[in-house]
Amino acid sequence: MSPTLLFLLVGVAVPFLALLLISFWTRDGFGFDTTLTFANYERIWTEPIFGALLSRSLWISGVVTVATVLLCYPMAYYVAFHVHRHKMLWIILMTLPFWTSYLLRIFAWKVILGYEGVINASLLSLGWIAAPLEFLLYSPTAVIITLAHAWAAFAILPLYVSLEKIDRSLLEAAADLGDGPARRFFRITLPLSMPGVLSAFFLIFIPTTGDYITPALLGGPDGAMIGNLIQLQFGAVNNWPMGAALSIVLTLWIAAIGLVFLALSRILAQRAA
Amino acid sequence: MTPGDGFISIRNVAKSYGAFRAIESISMEIGKGEFFSLLGASGCGKTTLLRMLAGFEDVSGGEIWIDGQEMSAVPPFRRPVNMVFQNYAIFPHMNVAENVGYGLRKLNLPKTQRREMVEEMLDLVRLAGYGGRKANELSGGQRQRVALARALILKPKVLLLDEPLGALDRQLREQMQVELRRLQRSIGITFVFVTHDQEEALTLSDRIAVMDGGAVLQVGSPADLYERPASRKVAGFIGTMNFLRARVAERANGRAHLDVEALGRLAVPAEATTLAAGSPAWIAIRPERFALSDAPPADGSYAVEASLELTTYLGERCRHVVRLAGHETRIAVSAPNARRHQPASLDLEKPVWLTWSEDAVIVLEEDRT
Repeated sequence: MSPTLLFLLVGVAVPFLALLLISFWTRDGFGFDTTLTFANYERIWTEPIFGALLSRSLWISGVVTVATVLLCYPMAYYVAFHVHRHKMLWIILMTLPFWTSYLLRIFAWKVILGYEGVINASLLSLGWIAAPLEFLLYSPTAVIITLAHAWAAFAILPLYVSLEKIDRSLLEAAADLGDGPARRFFRITLPLSMPGVLSAFFLIFIPTTGDYITPALLGGPDGAMIGNLIQLQFGAVNNWPMGAALSIVLTLWIAAIGLVFLALSRILAQRAA
Repeated sequence: MTPGDGFISIRNVAKSYGAFRAIESISMEIGKGEFFSLLGASGCGKTTLLRMLAGFEDVSGGEIWIDGQEMSAVPPFRRPVNMVFQNYAIFPHMNVAENVGYGLRKLNLPKTQRREMVEEMLDLVRLAGYGGRKANELSGGQRQRVALARALILKPKVLLLDEPLGALDRQLREQMQVELRRLQRSIGITFVFVTHDQEEALTLSDRIAVMDGGAVLQVGSPADLYERPASRKVAGFIGTMNFLRARVAERANGRAHLDVEALGRLAVPAEATTLAAGSPAWIAIRPERFALSDAPPADGSYAVEASLELTTYLGERCRHVVRLAGHETRIAVSAPNARRHQPASLDLEKPVWLTWSEDAVIVLEEDRT
């Protein structure tokens, strides 16, 4: 058996199958009733709280993913096409914030977004607002901003690699065949950087959907995500089977959205040609 | 062709990168429908000049005119030229038909017409039926044809080719040379062709510009460059040449007399050189202009005794290296094998006699360096 297969089996397949098995159990006092049943899945389907949190999670991380890729693409593009010396240094400097702890960055955003934080204080002293903006902290906005910043490195690197790889003579050929800068970008650069865009999409969308630390610390009551609920099931509520079922449902949703996105990008790439 | 009347007119064009002067003031005229080659070793500026014609590089000085229009303010995507790139630059995310039809997109033609034009183009480059192939499913020669078709479909006034045959193996290269020539004749577009391969340039071109160190050494037809090279550099670059050091001794009676290393005094018609008496010079003679025999000429006419050092049998011809009697000077001689078993008649042990006609002698100035 190859090491890869062994690792996948022990690290991925076995835990996943265990999770799948547990999701068909139910809670029984402090233990489990191991009779196999769809009860947990029925609850998820019928009780609105689960659907609401799930769709909010997918929405928030969807916005985070799109925002991060859109913000990072120009940065990666600039380094790949317009920086000619010390490219690696630029990339390292861009990812520098990610060398600090995730928690530290969350608290930094608290200082920036807070009721008396940097943004509100500046806007107040400039006289642009009369009262502090309350939607900044303890809201989905705060979660989106923090997550988009936290995961930027995971977008910049794959985007940069895919842009850097593009043969410059292809762009010259496109110019030679009559395309101005905008057409060149949409017909050559963008389609050829799609692998980077897709990696960035998956690298950000998958982990942020299940994130629970940022929503717990910055989300407030309206910013809670499905990850918080799953954490509760495995923690305070002590309903592991329910937590497992929620995890399985989340995994299926992410897989489905991922596949749709993949198919969509294929179609768009075909159109551009 | 006088300055300014070419279809492409290159006037005092220079290019420098910082302090480095890649091209020093080049001027040349290229006629409509001409197959024109820029020939030179790598780093001679030929590719830079081609890229300036395409618009990928700005000119640092001078002007480029194409069909009566000055080009300095015209970006590459508006120039009436198309290019075949050295690595072909086939778009990897598109199939052959999409590659060939790439430039048609902006013309707003109906889809059926676009498809017809692509089919027609694929026919022309003998790739009919390959439209659905992916770029990575093509061989080198096929990629080259796709690049050609993609550039020609826009019916450019000028087609620029940057060493398009360099990546192909010998047999395929020769086949593509024939096809390129056929194509150029049939569509009548001006071709500007960059190559470092002198044989390729001689085979394909109507005229060739020989470049070296960012300057043009000589512009002329293949026969001009071969028979009447203007300098020692050109003479050495095109084909094989024997060079002998000489000095003009005197000019008298419509003749120029030269003292030539190892050969002694030699007379040429006065119009063969403009050099004054006393000037240092080189004489140059092509290997195939010598005749070699195993006995001195019966009529007692001028011949030089030599010994045969090496004979290489090349099928249609033999290549000999001879050493002039009493000297260290070696001469390359190329003799056609007009009769069978002719090489056997020359013996490495016995002396041979070298003769040539007067018009074989080219007199060149000492190169200014």
